[in-house]
Amino acid sequence: MLIGKSLPKIDSYAKVTGAARYADDIKLPRMAFGRILRSPHPHARIIRIDTSRARAYPGVLDVITGADLPVKYGIMPTTQDEYPFAVDRVRYVGDPVAAVCAVDEETAEAALELIDVEYERLPALLSIEESLAHEDIKIHDETRRGNVMKEVHLSFGDMEEGFDEADLVREDTYFFEGTTHAAMEQHACVADSGADGKITLWTSTQTPHYIHREVAKVLRMPQSHLRVIVPAVGGGFGGKCEPFAYDFAACLFARRHGRPIKFTLSREEAFLCHRGRHPVKIILKTGVKQDGTITAVHLQTFLDGGAYASYGLATVYYTGALLTVTYKIPRYKFDGMRLYSNKPACGPKRGHGSTQPRYAFECQLDRIAEQLGLDPAAYRKQLAIDPDTTTVNGLRVTSCGLVECVDRVVDSSGWQQRRHHLPVGRGMGMAISSYVTGAGKAIYWNDMPHSGVIVKVDRGGGVAVLCGSSDIGQGSDTMLATVVAEELGVDLLDIRVHAGDTDLTPVDLGSYSSRVTFMAGNAAREAARKLRAWLLEAAGELLDAAPDQLEASARRISVRDAPEHFVSFAEAAQKAEATHGTLSAVGSYTPPKLGGQFKGAGVGISPAYSYTACVAEVEVDPETYDIKVEKLWVAHDCGRALNPTLVAGQIEGSAYMGFGEAIFEEQVFRKGLHKAPSLLEYKLPTIYDTPDIIAMHVETMDREGPYGAKEAGEGPLNPIIPAIANAVYDAIGARVESTPITPDKIARALKEQQRRLAAPGAPKPQPDPARAANRVSQEAPTL
Amino acid sequence: MDKQLMTFTVNGETVQVAASPTKTLLEVLREELDLTGTKHGCELGHCGACTVLVGGVPILSCLALAIEMQGEAITTIEGMAEGNTLHPLQQAFAECGAAQCGYCTPGFLMSGKWLLDHNLTPSEDEIKAALAGNLCRCTGYTKIIEAVELAATRMRASADATAAG
Repeated sequence: MLIGKSLPKIDSYAKVTGAARYADDIKLPRMAFGRILRSPHPHARIIRIDTSRARAYPGVLDVITGADLPVKYGIMPTTQDEYPFAVDRVRYVGDPVAAVCAVDEETAEAALELIDVEYERLPALLSIEESLAHEDIKIHDETRRGNVMKEVHLSFGDMEEGFDEADLVREDTYFFEGTTHAAMEQHACVADSGADGKITLWTSTQTPHYIHREVAKVLRMPQSHLRVIVPAVGGGFGGKCEPFAYDFAACLFARRHGRPIKFTLSREEAFLCHRGRHPVKIILKTGVKQDGTITAVHLQTFLDGGAYASYGLATVYYTGALLTVTYKIPRYKFDGMRLYSNKPACGPKRGHGSTQPRYAFECQLDRIAEQLGLDPAAYRKQLAIDPDTTTVNGLRVTSCGLVECVDRVVDSSGWQQRRHHLPVGRGMGMAISSYVTGAGKAIYWNDMPHSGVIVKVDRGGGVAVLCGSSDIGQGSDTMLATVVAEELGVDLLDIRVHAGDTDLTPVDLGSYSSRVTFMAGNAAREAARKLRAWLLEAAGELLDAAPDQLEASARRISVRDAPEHFVSFAEAAQKAEATHGTLSAVGSYTPPKLGGQFKGAGVGISPAYSYTACVAEVEVDPETYDIKVEKLWVAHDCGRALNPTLVAGQIEGSAYMGFGEAIFEEQVFRKGLHKAPSLLEYKLPTIYDTPDIIAMHVETMDREGPYGAKEAGEGPLNPIIPAIANAVYDAIGARVESTPITPDKIARALKEQQRRLAAPGAPKPQPDPARAANRVSQEAPTL
Repeated sequence: MDKQLMTFTVNGETVQVAASPTKTLLEVLREELDLTGTKHGCELGHCGACTVLVGGVPILSCLALAIEMQGEAITTIEGMAEGNTLHPLQQAFAECGAAQCGYCTPGFLMSGKWLLDHNLTPSEDEIKAALAGNLCRCTGYTKIIEAVELAATRMRASADATAAG
């Protein structure tokens, strides 16, 4: 039995010895090197590009500009608004303008300076407000109105009735600042081609299948002549889910010159590629009865999308879709709008679009609980949806361990006993969330499977697993090996996983939307079970036993009640091959048809939802307002933990990343220039900053997940940020309603609160029993 | 700039490289010696991915000029295991799930090796101090700290056994 065991990842050995080969580690004979010239302006028309001086520079092999690849692409088929290199116009500082290909990187870099570009500067729009206000300055000519890239309006139920029924209606405005992935590996690729014109592209990506489609399209070549291979990937978090300029340039150069080329981005360029968390302004109106029951929720989101669409069409829908899957909400209205601006394009980052409104909702619920005198934890349990329900916006929820998650973090953190007895400056806060286990639809809608797996067994008992998935560190290769080894009764290391190679592996849509364990896991299990049936049948003939009396484990197939009667796995494989021919089987997974019948019903549907609860404990310095997050308790319903260590690693990594977004990280700009494009200035948490993280599994055994599994890679991030925000309030008594929560914002919030209270006629603050108790217990010792 | 001949000892082997004196140790290791286990995350000294040991001490190879490292004994991740036998810290990283994407891992292992070379009973604070110059974006550091503690425990037991034997 391998399921549920904490075995080392099958690729750990390569990763701890430096043997794992990432894109930038690839070295091929005659390999050239490319560098990219990027726009110095946030918005400008390109009047003229002259590459002649660069071309003449010794060692330069080619220069590529927008004129060489004049085909629009985009990861979402209906919003393709991007060229590999700017054609006529640049839209952010960092927009690719040209690529130099040379004998070495230094030569390419030097020649970038010799490309003469004449720009006519255009006014730049750098915020949601500016993009809304200046309809005359259009960043894309194709938009119907101003800079509105997408507008969504959905309504479920009679909102007027809902707010009329409410005893308390709160409307609050929040702002969630943009953040970026900052994977440790900068983007890189290598392309090669031969005289047959076929191209091989090794690229650091989460989505080889989508890269395959888009690169073939832009290079106007048959997909059958392009092979995309995923090397080891040094982290993604959503930032490597679409093709970038270097992918196209590398393939074009390789095809033109019949020799390989490598592009490796600098850290600053990785910040400019971005496609990270959208800054979102959120207006949230919630009505509740006196007992806290929700009567209606109206959510409005304004997304600062940056210069291009990226996944933004999905993102704007996602800001609305998943608010409904945690609490009983009888009426719901969602208005979302994504705007273009002159900054790097935003896209998906861990928690895609659901992170920002979840932060707002969990902060607002904390205020509602306080106003109604309810315990925030008990209140969340009171509101929690039941398993096997359909939400007001048509999402089918099956397994749901939300209440148990709340109980786990409440019990382990000592919420009940400790919360009211912390000294001044210390606080505890809680939040919960939910996330999809794979999107119910591919980004291009079709009826084909979302994941395919081939398993083949050789005569020596070796097993190969082929799947188009991309292991970005989360352990998807190990998951595939575990599932197949479990079914066939062999050792984990008997399995070789070949993943992410569009020539050899069946399509898997990629490592995004937390879909791989559920979808590829189900596909792998289906393929392995077909082979298992043949192997048991063959062993049954050899052992003179019925297949249902046999079991496969420890590289043997044996009679269950008489284990001394067995054949080796390899013997059974040989017998089965003699009967059936070459032993291989395919499995695939297609999600069930889900969702409502309205436009936009395709986003938010998922075969299963994970649930998470978090309690955060913080200390805020009463003089400097410096915030220290002491500890995070995180309980996550992942269905079933196929490998508990790897699931814990996903919970801890998500908690860490959410923590960074809560109090440090921001992807912000000054006059269009990135303010912090380095790992020093962009404050990602160090080992010293990161709090203690207590990760807990709640297992609900989802009936459609492989062995009951759901996702763990993204969901646990979502409750961290509001839990910290609520804890900061508990500690200091003022609410900061934007991220990141920083000392200067706390100072302003306290000052504003004092001003409000001092105003003539201001209502006397209602003494809150919790905070009163907190003050009384100032002398109480900490636990 | 014209290339110059440089001589180092890398992972116990003496090597000669002709490289520009402007090349960093990181570049020479990766590009001239094909020791691509050492990674680059920023090339500005911010992330620690390029950490190697020079004379047993961790340094950032992206900030060191190769020509200034002549005559030094350099250890990279490729020199950490003995043949195919992993260093206890490498084994612990694999078992604890301390390497997710693995890109920062060689740097952490180098810093961690230095710590364990000098201290087999490190406190959590000492572990953090030793690893504070290395950034990881996947793990939240939790499993990395666990792995160093596990390796220290095993190395202590092994040292005790050797002493007793």
